[in-house]
Amino acid sequence: MEKQRYNISVFTENTIGILNRLTIIFTRRHINIDSITASETELKDVYRYTIVLHETELQVRKVVGQLEKQVDVLKAFYHCDAEIVYQELALMKVRMNENRMPELEQIIRRHSARLLSVSPEYAVFELTGHEEAINHIVADLDTFDLLEFARSGRVAVTKPMKTLEAFINELV
Amino acid sequence: METQRITGAEAVMKCLRFENISTIFGYPGGAIMPIYDALYDYQESIRHILVRHEQGAVHAAQGFARAGGHTGVVFATSGPGATNLITGLADALIDSTPIVCITGQVASHLLGTDAFQETDVIGISMPVTKWNIQVTRAEEIAPALAKAFYIAASGRPGPVLVDITKDAQFGLTDFHYEKCTEIRSYRPIPVPDRELLAEAATLINSAQKPYLLVGQGILLSHAEERLLHFAEKTGIPVASTLLGLGAFPADHPLYVGYLGMHGNYAPNLLTNECDVLIAVGMRFDDRVTGDVSRYAKQAKVIHIDIDASELNKIIPASVAVHADANQALEMLFDLVNQNQHGQWLQQFRDLEAVERAEVIEPAVFPDAEKLNMARIVNELSTWNKHHRDLIVVTDVGQHQMITSRYFDYLQARTNITSGGLGTMGFALPAAIGASLARPDKTVVAIIGDGGFQMTIQELGTILQHGLSVKIIILNNHFLGMVRQWQQLFFDRRYSFTEIVNPDFVTIVSGYRIPAQQVETGHAFHEALETLLKTEGSAFLECVVEREENVFPMIETGASVAEIRLN
Repeated sequence: MEKQRYNISVFTENTIGILNRLTIIFTRRHINIDSITASETELKDVYRYTIVLHETELQVRKVVGQLEKQVDVLKAFYHCDAEIVYQELALMKVRMNENRMPELEQIIRRHSARLLSVSPEYAVFELTGHEEAINHIVADLDTFDLLEFARSGRVAVTKPMKTLEAFINELV
Repeated sequence: METQRITGAEAVMKCLRFENISTIFGYPGGAIMPIYDALYDYQESIRHILVRHEQGAVHAAQGFARAGGHTGVVFATSGPGATNLITGLADALIDSTPIVCITGQVASHLLGTDAFQETDVIGISMPVTKWNIQVTRAEEIAPALAKAFYIAASGRPGPVLVDITKDAQFGLTDFHYEKCTEIRSYRPIPVPDRELLAEAATLINSAQKPYLLVGQGILLSHAEERLLHFAEKTGIPVASTLLGLGAFPADHPLYVGYLGMHGNYAPNLLTNECDVLIAVGMRFDDRVTGDVSRYAKQAKVIHIDIDASELNKIIPASVAVHADANQALEMLFDLVNQNQHGQWLQQFRDLEAVERAEVIEPAVFPDAEKLNMARIVNELSTWNKHHRDLIVVTDVGQHQMITSRYFDYLQARTNITSGGLGTMGFALPAAIGASLARPDKTVVAIIGDGGFQMTIQELGTILQHGLSVKIIILNNHFLGMVRQWQQLFFDRRYSFTEIVNPDFVTIVSGYRIPAQQVETGHAFHEALETLLKTEGSAFLECVVEREENVFPMIETGASVAEIRLN
C-alpha cells in the first residue's frame, strides 16, 4: 500500500493532557506528524485537531481507531486532500529599505499576500494558501533578507455536508 | 441530596465505599499521607493490604480483579511510589484488567518545581492507562473517582490513574457522590449491528469446517454460559487463547485446546484448514497468529470484539462485529442452526492423538523418579479434577507455557497470568490478590526461579496479613524460556541465562511459611498433597530438569501450520 498525504481530524473534550494522549499514539508507531493545529470548534468546549501526515491508508485507519478509542475523544476522521478544503497561514518579516519597496510590493501583489506592518527597517506580510503557494512566495523572496518566517499547520474543513453537531448529537 | 463538608482525603474513602470497594493494595508515603490518615478511620469497612513494593500492589489488584471480577484499587505515593506502578499498569492495559490507582502528588503550588518526590506521573502513565487525571482541588475528587471507576470497568476494561495533590487531600469540600454512568465522548457498550450478525450466521450455517476461537473477552463479558450454549447448538470446535483458558471447560467434548506459540498441535494446525473462523473476545496477538500473511487465509473470518480498534487491526475480517461478546453470542444463538461437525471434530482428535503420543505422554509420565515441569502441572490438574477448587496463577516463561498446556482449566476465572506484557514477577503478588478475591478457592502460584526473585519480597505481605497462597517454584536454575531460545536459535550460546539461586526454603521459612523442596517424582507426589492440604500458605520448591524444552512450538515468523512437535 502506497503512502500518501492524509488529514486526520480529531474532535475532543477540552481536557489537560489530551494533546499528549493524541501524539503518543503517533510516537509509538514511529509516525512523523507533518503538521498539527488545534482550536475550539463551533461547539463550545469541543476542540478540533487537524493532523497532517504521510502514511499508508491502512496505517492511518488503524491510527484513527486508536485516536477514537481515547476516552476524551469524541470522534476522529481521516481524509485525503481531495476531500477537504484547507489552508495554511504564513507570516514573513523581511529587512526593508526605501529602494526595494517597489520590488516587494510586486511580489506581494503577485502572490495575493497582505502587508501587515511596515517600518523603515522591516516589513511584515502574510499569505494564506496551500503549502505550495507559501513555498513559492518564500522562493521569490530569496533576494531579500528574510528575518523571520512562521507558518501555521494546516487547518481544514471537510467537503461532506454532515455537521460536527450531527456527529456529536449521535454520541449523546 | 444532603451534603457535608469533609476533607478531600475523607472524600476518597467515601467514594470507595460508594463504589463498594472493601480491599485496597497500597504503600504509604509523604504525598499520600492525608489519604492514609483518613483510611485509619475506615479500617472496619476497607481492608488495606500493605505490599512490599508498589509493583506488587498493582499485580495484586490485577489478581484480585481477574479472580473476583471486581475493580482492583491501589494506593501509592508520589515520585518513586508512582513510577513503581508503571509495569503493573502496562500489564493491566494490555490484558484488559480493571484497576483504579490513586496516587498522592505534591501540593499544587509545587507542581513543576522538581519538589521532593515530584514526578510527572500523568505524563509517564499516559501510554499505559486507559485514562488518567490529576486532581488539584478537593471538590474535584468525587467526580474524578466516579469517572475513574466507570471507565476502568466498562467496555474493554483497563487501568485508570487518579493523581491527587496533597492540598486537594487536605482541602475541604461539600461531599456528594454521583455514580458515573455516561460520558459524552466515551461509548463503552456498542450496539451490535443486526445485519452483520445475520451475515455472520449465514456464514456459520453454511460452513463445513467452522472453528471458534475464544479469548478473555468471554470472561470479561460473562459470556461463558452463552458460549457453551452456542457451541453446543452449532457443534463447533472451540479453542482458547492464553487469557481465555477457563472460558470454556477443558473437559468438554467440543474443546480442542490452547492456541499459540506453545499451544496444542491440532488447534494451531487446523486454523489453516477451517472454512469459517469465528473469533470472539480475542485480538489475534502475534503469539496466536504466527506469520499473519499465512494465517487462516482460506477462511472467512468473523471477528467479534468490544474494542472497535481491534477489528481489522491484525487479521482482516469478512464480518467484523463491534459488540460485547455476551450480547453478540446471545443474538447469534437465535440465528444459527442446530448442527454437528463430527468429521471435522475428528480431525482435531486425530491430531490430538499424535500430540499425545509424541509430546504429552512422554512429558507427563516420565520415568518414575524424574521430575519435570509437565508432570508437576499434570498432577496438579488431576487434583483439581477431583476437587475443582484451584485458581492457578502463573508467572512468565516455560513454567507458564507448561501450565497452560497441561492444566485443564475447568471453570471461569481460575487462570490468572500475565499474557500480553509477559511480566516476570507477576505471579506472587497476583496470587495474593486472587486469594483475597476468592477466599473460598485454593490459590496456587506456579512460578519459575527467575520470576520468583523479581517480587519475592511480597512474601512479607503474605506474612503480615496471614494470607493463604500455595507457592510452587519450578526451579531449573535457568531463565528457562530464554535458554530454550538460545539453544534452538542462538547455537546454544547460553548468554547470561544460568542463574545462581539462594536457598529458597530458608528464605521462605524466614517468612514463617512452611516450605519444602523435592527433587524426584515420587517425593513430589506426596509433597503436593501436603502443600494443598496445609492450612494457610505453603511453599514447595521443585528442582526440575535443567534443560527441558517446551514443545510444540511455532517459531517466530513461522505459520501456525508449521507448528513443530519437537
